[in-house]
Amino acid sequence: MTPAEQDGLRDLALRVREHVVRMTVGGGCFVGASLSCADLLVFLYARYLRISPAHRTAPGRDYLLLSKGHDVPALYATCAELGFFDVARLGNHLGAQDDLYWHPNRRIPGVEFHSGSLGHLLAVGLGLAYDARLAGDPSRVVVVVGDGELDEGSVWEALLVARAQRLGNLLLVVDRNGIQANLRTEELTPLEPLAEKFAAFGCAVRGVDGHDFTALDVVFRDAPFAPDAPSVVIARTLRGKGVPSLEDRADRWFCAFTPDEVEELVRELHGRAPAGLTSAPLVVR
Amino acid sequence: MDYATALGKLAAANDRIVVLTAENRVPIRGLPERLGDRFVDVGIAEQTLVGMSTGLALRGRIPVAHALAAFLTMRAFEFIRTDVGVAGLPVKLVGSVPGILSTANGPTHQALEDVALMRGIPGLKVFCPADVEDLVLGLGAILADPAPWYIRYVDRPPAIRHSTFDLGRAETVRRGTDVGLLVAGALFTEAHDAAVRLASHGVSVRLVNLRTIKPIDEECIVTTAETTRLLVTVEDHFRTGGLYSAVAEILARRRLRAPLSAICLEDRWFRPALLDQVLENERLGGSHIASRVTAALESKDAH
Repeated sequence: MTPAEQDGLRDLALRVREHVVRMTVGGGCFVGASLSCADLLVFLYARYLRISPAHRTAPGRDYLLLSKGHDVPALYATCAELGFFDVARLGNHLGAQDDLYWHPNRRIPGVEFHSGSLGHLLAVGLGLAYDARLAGDPSRVVVVVGDGELDEGSVWEALLVARAQRLGNLLLVVDRNGIQANLRTEELTPLEPLAEKFAAFGCAVRGVDGHDFTALDVVFRDAPFAPDAPSVVIARTLRGKGVPSLEDRADRWFCAFTPDEVEELVRELHGRAPAGLTSAPLVVR
Repeated sequence: MDYATALGKLAAANDRIVVLTAENRVPIRGLPERLGDRFVDVGIAEQTLVGMSTGLALRGRIPVAHALAAFLTMRAFEFIRTDVGVAGLPVKLVGSVPGILSTANGPTHQALEDVALMRGIPGLKVFCPADVEDLVLGLGAILADPAPWYIRYVDRPPAIRHSTFDLGRAETVRRGTDVGLLVAGALFTEAHDAAVRLASHGVSVRLVNLRTIKPIDEECIVTTAETTRLLVTVEDHFRTGGLYSAVAEILARRRLRAPLSAICLEDRWFRPALLDQVLENERLGGSHIASRVTAALESKDAH
């Protein structure tokens, strides 16, 4: 990747993050998780996936399924920035006249399938990948899951079947930000050693810094990693990445801020002083 | 013709059809060899079965997914509701050994609430064939329909020669005027036997095989209510949420005053046994149904 290409991705990711932060105004959104996977989604859509607004329903396209649906602000923003729909539409977030709500749905161009109930879309992706192979299409199916989502047994069940069906066109990407809802994964239901778990399921596993575009480019250049087994990328990320006062905080998962706080957070995102937040941290459960 | 043969013929004629199973192979023997890669056995994994079917349907396929009714409709319920149901995809879910057909397996395998669960999902339709002939007669139309369907699988031999299948229409088998027997599913054989017994005792029966509970043939139910003295629903399902509930909903909505009795499995699991013994224990055999209908008529006439 050239330095200019890296700069382009960084600029795109910065715009996506600003959209995400702006979606916290009023009713709020799952801002922490959205910021952790923003670089991943930007990289996948801009550099890896063979999808474009003009070919978003072509049978041979690649698919991205966002199984951790609560980070959809990052997906909305990425799809809008890449031309799947008008960026101005992001201002309709939670508006009664549009379909941009807290979890994804197919009425938004670029969103392949709805999610929100965790642990569903690896199985759905398995069906897409199986059929792509059956039809002789070159499609690769990328399913993005959260690390907390790995508590759901259905993820592992689907992985067993994906291995049994030797689906080399199925790629699981884990947004490993270390925090689920309000608690750290390793304090609640430890996942480590995670790479070994996936390897024991017969997957081809790679780890990567999920915020380093050069490293992502190196890893995904070879993805999928095996012709006859599902691939897994464990992307190490930081919840709230890019806005220091939201970073790595278990209590900054779902946040709603005042318009003034949002402007401060945007300034913080662009490298200014930390925002003076007065809105109470939200503990959902 | 058996179910596997019928499904195999439909699949041979339409390559959109993909047959899946969660290692429930009894109903589809012979199909793995015939269908090649259009057959998938996911193992004992009902959630993945439904999720994978969703992905196949998103790519334009018509997945026909098989599992034991109890595990398909309950273990995978949220996948059916959230993936298939919300998206309204043409996934056909086939539940094996529903109702009394789980015989001696015990309560773990007794799907007695499956119809209630499935018909509660918006847009998801429900087929409760009377026997294997009825199942095969309806299969083509149901696979061709663009909606998601739950098929309550039945392998019992036919009690009668059934009429052609008209999706959404009930089959009226006898046209008596004393009692209307509204039947859904595998107890049709016993209900038909009961109708013959009742007729020999001078009680004329209007016998209706509902076929689909959703959509339900509302006009047929209204006609039956208006032309008989008593309605009796017959189903191997809990009273809550199945045929009895569906008929009661119609009577209430149409503001029809009609006496309605239920022959069903009351609010408990049945004692596991072979089929004949289950029918005996639960008083669901033909002679039991006949005497229960007679008692209901007498009780109604006493008021």
